[in-house]
Amino acid sequence: MRRHLLESADLDRADATLVLDTAAQIESALAGREVKKLPTLRGRTVVNLFFEDSTRTRISFELAAKRLSADVINFSAKGSSVSKGESLKDTALTLEAMGADGIVVRHGSSGAPHRLATWVAGSVVNAGDGTHEHPTQALLDAYTIRQRLGRLEGVRVVITGDVLHSRVARSNVWLLHTLGAEVTLVAPPTLLPVGVGSWPVTVSYDLDAVLPQADVVMMLRVQGERMNASFFPSAREYSRRYGLDATRMAKLADDAIVMHPGPMNRGMEIAADVADSPRSTIVEQVGNGVSVRMAVLYLLLGGPA
Amino acid sequence: MAPPSTLPTGVPAEGPETTSSTPTATAGGVQQLLSADDVTRVVDRIAHQLIERAASSTSSGDGLSDLVLVGIPTRGAPLARRLAARIEAFTGTAVDVGTVDITLYRDDLRTRGVRALEDTRLPDAGIDGRLVVLVDDVLFSGRSVRAALDGLRDVGRPRAVQLAVLVDRGHRELPIKADFVGKNVPTSRTQQVRVRLAEVDGEDGVSVTDA
Amino acid sequence: MTLLIKGAQPYGEDAVDILVRDGVIAAIGEDLSVSTGRTIDATGLVALPGLVDLHTHLREPGREDTETVLTGSRAAALGGYTAVHAMANTDPVADTAGVVEQVWRLGGDAGLVDVVPVGAVTVGLGGTQLAELGAMADSAARVRVFSDDGKCVSDPALMRRALEYVKALDGVVAQHAEEPRLTVGAQMHEGDRSARLGLTGWPAVAEEAIIARDVLLAEHVGARLHVCHVSTAGSVELVRWAKSRGVEVTAEVTPHHLLLTDAQAEGYDATFKVNPPLRTAEDVAALRAGLADGTVDAVATDHAPHAGEDKECEWSAARPGMLGLEQALSVVVDTMVDTGLLTWREVADRMSVRPARIGRLAHQGRPIAVGEPANLVLLDPAARAVVDPAALASKSRNSPYAGRELPGRVVHTLLRGELSVLDGKVQK
Ligand SMILES: [Zn+2]
Repeated sequence: MRRHLLESADLDRADATLVLDTAAQIESALAGREVKKLPTLRGRTVVNLFFEDSTRTRISFELAAKRLSADVINFSAKGSSVSKGESLKDTALTLEAMGADGIVVRHGSSGAPHRLATWVAGSVVNAGDGTHEHPTQALLDAYTIRQRLGRLEGVRVVITGDVLHSRVARSNVWLLHTLGAEVTLVAPPTLLPVGVGSWPVTVSYDLDAVLPQADVVMMLRVQGERMNASFFPSAREYSRRYGLDATRMAKLADDAIVMHPGPMNRGMEIAADVADSPRSTIVEQVGNGVSVRMAVLYLLLGGPA
Repeated sequence: MAPPSTLPTGVPAEGPETTSSTPTATAGGVQQLLSADDVTRVVDRIAHQLIERAASSTSSGDGLSDLVLVGIPTRGAPLARRLAARIEAFTGTAVDVGTVDITLYRDDLRTRGVRALEDTRLPDAGIDGRLVVLVDDVLFSGRSVRAALDGLRDVGRPRAVQLAVLVDRGHRELPIKADFVGKNVPTSRTQQVRVRLAEVDGEDGVSVTDA
Repeated sequence: MTLLIKGAQPYGEDAVDILVRDGVIAAIGEDLSVSTGRTIDATGLVALPGLVDLHTHLREPGREDTETVLTGSRAAALGGYTAVHAMANTDPVADTAGVVEQVWRLGGDAGLVDVVPVGAVTVGLGGTQLAELGAMADSAARVRVFSDDGKCVSDPALMRRALEYVKALDGVVAQHAEEPRLTVGAQMHEGDRSARLGLTGWPAVAEEAIIARDVLLAEHVGARLHVCHVSTAGSVELVRWAKSRGVEVTAEVTPHHLLLTDAQAEGYDATFKVNPPLRTAEDVAALRAGLADGTVDAVATDHAPHAGEDKECEWSAARPGMLGLEQALSVVVDTMVDTGLLTWREVADRMSVRPARIGRLAHQGRPIAVGEPANLVLLDPAARAVVDPAALASKSRNSPYAGRELPGRVVHTLLRGELSVLDGKVQK
């Protein structure tokens, strides 16, 4: 395992599998226990450094760190010295001086965790950077798929939505490819990056055509405001062509599952009855997120400093 | 992850050692302490002792329904299963078995580095109020047992916890003592004791290697 | 004032002695000697006419914490330059005779290179109203190059008027070709890497669309056009096409676009953030070929000093631009001379003769010949050194060549017969 988790693009198959296996062991070790706490990271300090609001991700990391007995400091950029113009580097040096063993960073700027990693001695975990990556989300998605379908090798995953602006899509593309899954991206061409042709994926503009072969359909959040920049004509047209409703869901194979990294735009990319159907893994994904993040924190911070 | 077995093939195995003197290594630096047959005999003996202990620690019945054998991975886990199988063979009563992975409870991760986790599985009936016997292959510093005790504390409250080991090689760093010992082996600190079990290593045997 | 240079190789050719007297090359020959004045041994050194940069950001007035006319002049002299064009995007903007004269005077005070101010095309670089181009041309600074560099004159009607208007001034509009609607939020070259790194793409077409438009406008109104920092294979192709039609267009390429690619964005070190962005290896090859065949007229540094805090930060928060003056010649030696793409005479043409002609500098970019101004650079082409940003004369440290070993060391520079650099040390 490396010192940092900056992107799923640099996880090899052995590393990724180790994370998933460790998460599974942690989950079974804690299953049914009253005391859901392990002493593993006692005396270690984890800083949640969130420059963007994301309560769900922050809470998930916080719970993961606390269940491993780490001391957790939540450092939200709002109302702190950061909002008064302190640079990322100065913030990093401050956290370093405080002895942070691990820094979990969420930042609106792609690559901010990479920069941070060059300025601190502790481990940096990318909790989402700009439109780049969100590796723990991809790990928990892969974990959820493996848990539901029993495998990842050869699993056909359709990822639909705003791929262009999605760090979740990028992280999933690289990780799922590394783990042997076959990924198809579906989006209007405006929401696919120029250069997507170099990715190890199949690209389609037609959701209906790819659904019958899919084992997994992962819906990405689409912001309605994108229509203001002419990425699509209207939310209604987007939803009709690329949203997952009950009619489309009926085209799926019997054991296919529906995923969403959250937060959902019900009625936009996913219909409410789809989100709440038995195919949906949305609630499991949240729980699995804690196990996977515990595994990541254990593997990064458990060993020699 | 299981540490690799280090017994080189082609080294002639010596006969079973029956004394408790400090083993001296052969020219190859490896000395056989227990043969496969010895391991079988030792397991049987501990199984009998467990049956007696279970019976003596209860006021009614054989006490075996009260007993839980909890193996410490890697080799404590199959050892616990073997003991349970032998107890069932001798008494006709099935005994609950579990494993508790101690990795997340270790106090030496920072020096030894992180490792992959192994199974933690406890019987459905749990361990509350029962006689838990921790099972491990080698008792050395006692730190693994300490970690296992911490792990057990988080999953329940047994009536009593006891310890069974295949080999006790001495050099305790904590006030921990085994209740059931297959073989006491005085060693020097630098020697390495290798337990091989068919489930993990493909064959049974115990040897000591000079470092 | 007499200076005898012994054993230099003009344009890398046969070694000769060059006698400089009163700012002029007085004699060239073998075994020259003088009774008074200084003699320097230039054995093994290549002599070229002093370099001329069409594109330098000196940051004064406004950001004297990052560069001043003096520190920028030192960097230029150390790079072998004897003239630099100071871009107009200062604070205040160089859009009046007053500001350009101020910069020009500061250059004279520094006295290391000719500092030639560039005038803004539009008031405050606002892109809406022409600045007083005539007043700047008529000022003591004698402005001939007009540019809103940093911003594109994107309004086609305004660009047309600017091209037309400067014809009366013998001027040229130097366009920073970037269609702003195609580069909203752009961070790096749009392609495979931007897709993976999650950085908003700066597409080649945003540059090429403006160049295509501008060469057609220049043709239509019969005006001169200069294209700043071409960065794509398509841009080279468009300039080649325009020249073949007889359009009076010239183009420059930066040293960094000749050497570096968008691969530098991996790791998100914002030192490598620049506008236009570093492109692909194919683009680099096309730029080198364009410079070699003369489609691209000049190497121009786009020397852009920035404070540490504007680079030691998130990529998207960083300011674009990189240093270039002190390593430009080395990069050209590395990418063009050592590769056999340019002779030394052609280096002189692309880094001195043509830039001087584009900027209408009568006394720069002249041949090494008797009676010509003694603006010279003497370099050791074989010397190789690792670039240490801390050792740069520039006030800023944002060199993209840090830690890179490059060939070609500027040993001496002469401005009108005066040594601005002696033995690699700036003299003021
Ligand atoms: Zn520019």
